[in-house]
Amino acid sequence: MGKLTIGCFSSLVGSLSLDFAVKLSDAAVKKGHSVDLWLSGNATTLAKKGQKAFKDYSHLAKPLQELLATGKFRITACEACSAARGFHKEDIMEDVKSHSMDWYLASTFEADRVLHIGGD
Amino acid sequence: MATRKLLFVIRALPYKTEASRLALTHAISSQSVEIYLKDGDLVEASVAFIGDGVMNCLKNQQAMKHYGITSIEGHMKNTLLLDMKVMVCKEDLDRFGIREEALLMDAGDIGGETNTQIVPYSEIQKEMQSVDHLLFC
Repeated sequence: MGKLTIGCFSSLVGSLSLDFAVKLSDAAVKKGHSVDLWLSGNATTLAKKGQKAFKDYSHLAKPLQELLATGKFRITACEACSAARGFHKEDIMEDVKSHSMDWYLASTFEADRVLHIGGD
Repeated sequence: MATRKLLFVIRALPYKTEASRLALTHAISSQSVEIYLKDGDLVEASVAFIGDGVMNCLKNQQAMKHYGITSIEGHMKNTLLLDMKVMVCKEDLDRFGIREEALLMDAGDIGGETNTQIVPYSEIQKEMQSVDHLLFC
């Protein structure tokens, strides 16, 4: 089984790129692969705890919890990008890690595939 | 001991979104990635600007004056200071009518010895084929 590293810059609400990244992670984990999901820039909003589900907006907290429970999925938010947006380690969902950008590059080292969603 | 090569391909305009800045800061972070790897393993990053992304390479950016933030030019200088390969697509510069004189070509003022390379797109494609992972921003 392989390892997929996904990096994303796009925000939780305002773009569906994170929805795609989480769905792809789910599909990969179901096939037996392991996934690292790196959140940078506006994508760090996905890591924030206390997200409320509205039918008009993406709500990815629940699928994230399910993915984390598999033990084959890791999610890490850029520490500086989060802090710049006013949320810190205590504001981040349980089991979501916080690191500097070099963590992401280290994750790519052993990845069989890297998918980087750097737009919007 | 192994080296993984990454190429950040920057297509985003400067300042409109954070993408080009993040691409550069992620590329620069390759300098400290060893703390997560086994001894001797490396991640080597290079950067290519294509399409609208070539606008990031203009010199004399006034980001501090207008936005109160560091300029993308400053991050570009740091990549050159760290001897990272920085390529800019010649055809896209021609399309915008941007001449070499308008671009940040070196970081000599801060001690850098590596220059920006203006190259045809075919050279960037070769680089894309030679690296392990491509990261489009």
